Amino acid sequence: MKFVIHTKKITPWLYISPAAFLLFFFLVYPSINTVYISFFNYNSEIFIGIKNYLYCFTNEIMLSSFRNNALWVILFVPLTVSLGLIIAVLADRVKYESMVKSIIFMPMAISFVGAGVIWKFVYAYRPVSAAQTGILNAVRSFFQLEPLPWLIIRPWLNNFCLVMVGVWIWTGFCMVILSASYKGIPHELLEAARVDGATEFKIFWKIILPLMKPTVAVVATTMTINVLKVFDIVYVMTNGNFNTEVVANRMYKEMFIFRNYGRASAIAVILLMLIIPMIIINIQRFREQEAIR
Amino acid sequence: MIKKLVSVFSHGPLHLVIIFVALIWILPSVGLLITSFRSSADVAASGWWTVFEHPFNFTRYTLENYQEVILKIGIGRAFLNTLLITIPATIIPILIASFAAYAFAWMEFPGRRFLFVILVGLLVVPLQMTMIPVLRIFNKLGIAGTFPGIWFAHTGYGLPLIIYLLYNFISGLPSELFDSSSIDGATPFQIFTRMVIPLSLPALASVTIFQFLWVWNDLLIALVYLGGTPAVAPLTVRISALVGSYGQDWELLTAAAFVSMALPLVLFLGLQRYFVKGILAGSVKG
Repeated sequence: MKFVIHTKKITPWLYISPAAFLLFFFLVYPSINTVYISFFNYNSEIFIGIKNYLYCFTNEIMLSSFRNNALWVILFVPLTVSLGLIIAVLADRVKYESMVKSIIFMPMAISFVGAGVIWKFVYAYRPVSAAQTGILNAVRSFFQLEPLPWLIIRPWLNNFCLVMVGVWIWTGFCMVILSASYKGIPHELLEAARVDGATEFKIFWKIILPLMKPTVAVVATTMTINVLKVFDIVYVMTNGNFNTEVVANRMYKEMFIFRNYGRASAIAVILLMLIIPMIIINIQRFREQEAIR
Repeated sequence: MIKKLVSVFSHGPLHLVIIFVALIWILPSVGLLITSFRSSADVAASGWWTVFEHPFNFTRYTLENYQEVILKIGIGRAFLNTLLITIPATIIPILIASFAAYAFAWMEFPGRRFLFVILVGLLVVPLQMTMIPVLRIFNKLGIAGTFPGIWFAHTGYGLPLIIYLLYNFISGLPSELFDSSSIDGATPFQIFTRMVIPLSLPALASVTIFQFLWVWNDLLIALVYLGGTPAVAPLTVRISALVGSYGQDWELLTAAAFVSMALPLVLFLGLQRYFVKGILAGSVKG
């Protein structure tokens, strides 16, 4: 039996009620209400059934947002996780590890808006006649290649360029978690394998990776949740133009520009549906952890 | 000796790869910083890397961009707004969450487990699910577009993670601590203020940096509940508007962006340890 502090019956409720009230007011009630109004018209007065959902799954821009979100998941999650893992393992072998890790981790401290400005400047494009001030196009000019309008070439290059901004921001996060897990692997295990003549590459695939699998899974789910909600980067850099629209930015537009609360709510519900598998995984993990306690 | 030489050479590629990656990561930010100190004529004529031809020619650097964005383009006001939003929106949720985390960790009450499972689920509910109903209530109460409105919004949205992180820490404190002090006749509130809070300072430091950076860097919540009015708009909202209207004036955009990044970077470099601890507590244990 776990030890608890002896209190009057009312005391625990006094401690949790401010939090419970705010959580109910800002998260629980609004979520339920959003599901409800997603079945109504733009100002929530007329019940229209699943029309908003039909719109989401037939409208051209909505469909392209889903495609782009899928592209984000497919590129962003493996890139952040694998780069984070590689950097964690490699940096562990050099003396200036902490400096390298600080550099990779630093983008986590700044806003997505700041990162958007930084990278818009990296991707800056001017006609061939002018001096290229964006570093990517300057590199291209150096190799006698034509400058590219990175954020305009649709649909692959510009989306890829946006994803790279996300990768730049989040790789540090993955690296920090994976590095802690890597350092938890007993040194003797790796030494023994080395003595037995295993190559570093083999040690990575056969020992390190299997041992780190649970952590990799945690990081990958966290990254998936993040990327499904991606908003700021797209809002700042292209605002969804040139086929770069994503679901969260579309929801914002339906809400604030078109003032269609029914459609905006339906988009939010779909976003939640995409994330629900992750919520279930989260709760299961919590239960397992409680069971160990 | 020979062994050492061999190891340096065999590790050569390793160093090259690591330094190359680190350079790629830091170059975009270096470009931003340098550009913010160059004159508009220079920025239009050549790339920021050309300053490395004469890096100590200080006549080429200027503070004019900062003067202009802070005083004329309203970034100074936006900086103040961000501070006015961030400080209460960091303190209030941490205060409320520490009470709740303490109760969840060390008190028994019906529905404790059930409520905590809900809390864990709320950790990943997308904010988009809540924005329209909350905005409607804010409009009715007349607090949309005001600082108190956004303080409470950040409090509500920040609570699940803060409670969760503090719970993980506080529930890990040794139970003998509570055992002996409750025998000594200390009330639950005294145990909380005299033992739990002082012992939880490292965890409190972690969540403080987390919440501070989260609020400081937030765009979406500010856009929705505050809007773009210069009197209340924070840095993120102002700068994303500038990207639209000053799209090619890189010297101004970069200066504005750096103003928004300076404080988070100082905090980050100074308190990285706590930041890392918070991340680890939030994702590995969970």
